[in-house]
Formats: sequence, C-alpha cells, structure tokens
Amino acid sequence: MGKYIMRRLLQIIPVLFIISFIVFCLVYVAGDPVALMLPEDASQEDILQLRESLGLNEPFYIQYFNYMVGLAQLDFGESFRYNTSALPIVLERLPATIELAVAAMIVAIMIAIPLGIWSATKKNSAIDVVATGGAVIWKAMPNFWLGIMLILIFSVMLGWFPVSGRGTWSHLILPAITLGTGIAAEMTRFIRSSMLEIMNQDYVRTARSKGLKEFFVIHKHAFRNALIPVVTITALQTSTVVGGTLITESVFSWPGLGQLLIQAVNTRDMAIVQASVFIIAFIVIAMNLLADILYKLLDPRITFR
Amino acid sequence: MESKENQWSDVLVKSKQGHLKRWLRLLLKSKTGTIGLLIVLLIIFIAIFAKLLAPHDPNQINAAMMLKPPAWVEGGDTDYILGTDNLGRDILSRIIYGSQISLVVGVASVILAGIIGIFIGLVSGFYGGFLDNILMRIVDSFLAIPTILFALVILTVFGPSALTLIVVLGVTNWVQYARLIRGEVLSLKEREFVRAARSMGVRDHKIILKHLLPNVISPFIVISTLSVATTIILEASLSFLGLGIQPPTISWGGILSDGRDYVATSWWLAAFPGLAITITVLGMIFLGDWLRDVLDPREKKV
Repeated sequence: MGKYIMRRLLQIIPVLFIISFIVFCLVYVAGDPVALMLPEDASQEDILQLRESLGLNEPFYIQYFNYMVGLAQLDFGESFRYNTSALPIVLERLPATIELAVAAMIVAIMIAIPLGIWSATKKNSAIDVVATGGAVIWKAMPNFWLGIMLILIFSVMLGWFPVSGRGTWSHLILPAITLGTGIAAEMTRFIRSSMLEIMNQDYVRTARSKGLKEFFVIHKHAFRNALIPVVTITALQTSTVVGGTLITESVFSWPGLGQLLIQAVNTRDMAIVQASVFIIAFIVIAMNLLADILYKLLDPRITFR
Repeated sequence: MESKENQWSDVLVKSKQGHLKRWLRLLLKSKTGTIGLLIVLLIIFIAIFAKLLAPHDPNQINAAMMLKPPAWVEGGDTDYILGTDNLGRDILSRIIYGSQISLVVGVASVILAGIIGIFIGLVSGFYGGFLDNILMRIVDSFLAIPTILFALVILTVFGPSALTLIVVLGVTNWVQYARLIRGEVLSLKEREFVRAARSMGVRDHKIILKHLLPNVISPFIVISTLSVATTIILEASLSFLGLGIQPPTISWGGILSDGRDYVATSWWLAAFPGLAITITVLGMIFLGDWLRDVLDPREKKV
C-alpha cells in the first residue's frame, strides 16, 4: 500500500512539470505584460527599464529557468492589478469556491444515490423512465442557463432566494442546486448501471434465494458493492465540478476563484491566471489520487501492483 | 478483366446500400435515435437556410420595438414570435442565425480534436514503451486542467475569435480520443490479423493505416457525436462569459449573455436561446447513444 501511494505520488511530478511548461509557453507567447503594467504616458526608458528588471529580455530558456525557480518557491509573480504576490489572492478566494463545490456535491449525492438505486431496482418502471429521461435532459441543459432560469423563477418571480452574492445559507442554495443537479445527472446514470450490473451477480441471487428481504438484499448486498465505483466517479468528478464552479460563480456573482480568474483573464493579469491554474490542477490531481487509493481500500479484491 | 472489376464494384455498392438499409431499419426501431436524427437534421437545415428562414434581419436595430414579449404574451407582436431584445432585434431570427456558429465550431473542433487524438492514440498504443509513457503523462496533465479553464487561458493569450475557439476546443479535447484509441490499439495489436501482418514483414505505417485505423473508426464516431454535444455547450459557456464568439457574430451563448441583464423584466431574452441549445444537444446525445448501441455492441447500455 505504502509503496503504491509512493509510486502514484512520484507520477504526479512529471504531470506538474508538463503543466508548468504548458502554462509557461502560453504566458511567453502572450507576450509583453509591460504595456499593461505602466501608465499610458510612460516613457520609452521606463518601459525598457521595467522589461530589464522583469527579466523579459532574457532568452527563452533562461526565462523558463527563472520561472521554475519561482515556482519551486510558490512564487507565481506579482499581480499588476492588486500589486501583490498572486498566490495569496488566489488562496483567499479558494474557501468560497470550495464551499460551493462541496454544497453542490452534497446536492448531487442526495439526488443521485436514491434515484440511481430506485431506477435500477425498478427497471423500466415509470420512475426509471422519468429518472433516466430527466438525467439526459439535465445533461443537455447548459449549466449557466439553468442558473439563470432558477434565478428567474425562484428569485425574481417567487422572491425566495437572493439573486446573487455570498453570505447566508439562502445565498448558497441556488448556486448549489444549479451545479449539483448537473453533476447528479451524470452520477444517476452511473449509479443506475453500476447497480444493474451488481443485481445480476451470484451473491445477490444467493441472498435472495436464502429468503432475505428485498430491502436487505438491495442495501446490504447490492448497494454496498455498487458504492465502490460510485466513490471513484465522485472523486473523478472534481475536474467537472471545478470547471462548473467557474461558470456558476459568474452567473451568481459568487466571489470565488472562478470570478477572480475570469476577471484576470479579461485584464490579462497573467500572474493570477497562472496561480489559479496551478491551484486548480493541483486539487484535481490530488482528488484523482485520492479516488484511486479509496478504490483500492474499499475493494479488497483489487491487489496493489 | 474490366467487367470483373465492374462486377466487384457492383457488389460493393449493393452491400453498401444493404448497410444503409439495415442502419435505417435499426434507426427507426429506436425511438430516441429517430428523434435525435430528426433534431440534428433540422438544426443543420436551419443553419444552412438561415437566410431564407429568418423572418427579420438578425442585426436590425429597431428602437420602436424594444423588449417586445413573445407573440402569445400580452403586448406581444405576431411579427416577432419570440419577442425582441433590448435593441429591438428579433429573437427568433437571432436564434436561427446562432445555430450556424454553434454547429461550425462544434463540428470543426471535434474534427481537429479527432485528428490529433487518433494520431497520438495510434502511435502511443502501437509503439508503446518510452514514447507511450511520455504521451500518456501529457494526457494526464491535460486531464488535470478542466477543459473550460484551459480554454480560458488560451483565449486570454490569443484573443477571442471563432477560429481561436475552434483551435482551443480542438486542442483541449483531443485527450479523450487519444486515450480511447490507445486502449483500442493495445487490444487490437495482440489480435491475429495484426500479428500475421507483422510476421509477414508489413511495414509499421501500413499496419497502422490499413489494419488499426479502420478498426478504431466506429468508437471514434460514437464519441465524436457526443463530443459535438458537449462542445456546443462549452462554446456557449465561453461566449456567455464574453470570451468566445464576439458580436456582431451571433451565437446562442452571446444572446444569453445579453439576456442575463434583463432577466428580471424580460425573461424571453434568456429563456429561448437556452432552449435552443438544450434541444440541439439533446438531439446529439440521442443520436450518439443510438450510434453507440449500433456500432459498439460491447458498450451496450444495461
């Protein structure tokens, strides 16, 4: 086990390396940030001086080296918009995004698990048709549109929830439902097919034939085993969830990482963009690793190689 | 000699027609598949004949007709069935024109992603070893960055336009093809016909092109259809964020973005373009699911 985790951790290093290289190339191609950093009436001399002090006159490989040295010290450069180091600004926004992501995940699980089990055990029933049909329609709906429609119905017409912002519980509900139901659509399909597969296994048939009540068969024998792939898929959804928060935050003016990032993209604040990409990539990689480890811990049939 | 060749081509044409008939029969058997195909054909038709179908010029600003509700709502005008936007432009015409960019960006970027992905998947799976290891680490790196985030970063650098969008969505989406094709190739490589070709000394590129490529086409078609669906949503999301298609080019995401500010007073601005996206994507998903059932029987839904 320890060996396996060690090996997976070592695999992360080249991945982080490649990501850093891709990001560096993009920033390099993006070109000169100097024009954006100085006031419009700056003299030619000032421009040249700033270029020199930022090391922008160095050749590609030296710039890359300097960049990697900075990365190793978690230095992503200075945001010219906030005039401070980029990382603390990004980290400051992280809790809001995590709050939204976790709330969305809870919504997704609360919908997907009962619905998935239900539609699998009552295959081809009305519930199954509604659940699978609903899942497909939900998948087809753009998330930001769903968010706007929820605002229209529940904030504008009914006045139940605030339109945007963060603060109280009621601020969290609409964004969490927007993002969570989208994830639930994917998960329901997955749980359903995972349950259906297990319901055909010998041990489930044995459990039934020895006269166990259907409730116990489903919950003790089938569901527990169906849970294994579900845990993995949940953790693997991180990338989708994080991507989803970017848009959901923008719809609901949620002051998280996504909003910061989109602002940074619009103002070409590359330090913030880089730091955000790294933090997000790191979270996704960590969650994927966690998914693999959990998968192996939960299922003793899988051996560590 | 010539007549023999003709006969052969006759047989080929016949078997192709047979295929088509069999497919059609299979398609009509599946209700959702039929609906999916009809929706997709309808959208393609609308996109091609937008000029003839649109009742108004989609960019015609009309101050007298600002924010008119849909025809069936009080105060609506039958001339503007789905109402007008904040500049008095006809929503229906804008949605009709918006279908063009959605389809073009969706299909073109999927083709680009497919070409990159198939190439890398074939090479990586066929040669294995060190090369495979490096390519798969690159795939892992791409997977660690959410597609939309990656697209955002590239768009920052190159500036938003339809062409950048196609390239961006293409180079972010190739990863899934590369993974899938590599997996297919890994198992195909061990099959007799590939081994036989190898033992006869057939060159690598011939094995890849003649034996492996034709066998990975069906899984490719299946994911491509579903991928066009997700790409259309992604394009709309980026345009909605103001980083995708720029006005005056009309895109569904763009109309929605305009409509967001008026959601409190004029719901139709945001509601209808979203509906258009949902229906289009739904059609693609239905068609893709059906294609999977027909072309890839192993992955049949339970």
